[in-house]
Amino acid sequence: MATVTQQTAIPTGIWKSDPVHSSVGFAVKHMVVGTFRGGFTDFGVTLDNTDGEPRLYGAVHVPSVDVRDETLKGHLLAPDFLDGERTPEIIFTSTGIRSEGDELVVDGELTIKDTTKSVQARGTIVGPTESLGGDERIGIDLSTTVDRRDFGLNWNAKLPKGGLAVENAVTLTVRLELAKEE
Amino acid sequence: MRLLGISGSLRRDSHNTRLLRAAAQVVPASAELEVFDGLKEVPPYDEDDDVDPVPAAAQRLRDAIADADAILIATPEYNSSLPGQLKNALDWASRPFPDNALRNKPVAVIGASTGMFGAVWAQAEARKVLGATGARVVDVELPVPHAEAAFAGDRLADAQLHEGLARIVDELIGATRTTTELVELAAA
Repeated sequence: MATVTQQTAIPTGIWKSDPVHSSVGFAVKHMVVGTFRGGFTDFGVTLDNTDGEPRLYGAVHVPSVDVRDETLKGHLLAPDFLDGERTPEIIFTSTGIRSEGDELVVDGELTIKDTTKSVQARGTIVGPTESLGGDERIGIDLSTTVDRRDFGLNWNAKLPKGGLAVENAVTLTVRLELAKEE
Repeated sequence: MRLLGISGSLRRDSHNTRLLRAAAQVVPASAELEVFDGLKEVPPYDEDDDVDPVPAAAQRLRDAIADADAILIATPEYNSSLPGQLKNALDWASRPFPDNALRNKPVAVIGASTGMFGAVWAQAEARKVLGATGARVVDVELPVPHAEAAFAGDRLADAQLHEGLARIVDELIGATRTTTELVELAAA
């Protein structure tokens, strides 16, 4: 029986994210004591490794931000946060992909609200394996932490007993299942 | 303190316009609530028409919002969402983006329907839209179900709903004060 193990070699070919079995999310400390998580439902990520220089790039449709409250969704789309009306896309483009031991390290440029910053994401790559449908699949999990103020997401509020409503450090996480393009 | 009420219903005997009249009765003496009467005249939003001068009815809406300290919207529900003319009006009010009349304006949404859920989904959708415009949405709701039997004159017959409406009006007025602090913090 074949097994699929974690690896750091980048398989060749073009790999596209399966939107159903992938997720793009964020997590941020809320009201000092909690961790609030949300995500986006509309996104696409591609791993292109056709010429020996792998590139990972993707885009997120900001208005697809997904939280469990319509009021909060509206506020996240407002200029206080993501400004989805004027800047409806979050874009990532890698500038370098390498392995460090079992870890996948991806350097790249992240653009939110028309502001581009260099980030480094770390995680794993697993596969390839053959899916039930017969195509080849790999899994990539990556996360990075950014200061949301670097991208102009400045809103906050002071709490009655000290501290701020929303922490500035935000962890961005992608959990991707990618299918090989035939 | 000036509150502007906007009823999402155009109907002459609208339950939601009546709900705003009920709200006017629980507004404290230090404030007044005026109900906007020009929603039906607001033309369909068209960027080609959104040039100086904008259509008079759209300008009137923008001015009414700009002149108010806070907005109270009462929405009916069609197909699990807010009615098209109300959404259209919010689209007009949201331009020019982002420094529009709604930006940082405290807004609360209430609603009535003849069904058993009291326009609760329309209220949620309206809060989302208003939030996206940059308004300060007070996170409250007041679903008034079975609207045809909910009023005694221009007052909500049910004591809990009546008290709930009064609380929302208080919170909306309170939000005009905290808004200032939030804006200053965001700018700091």
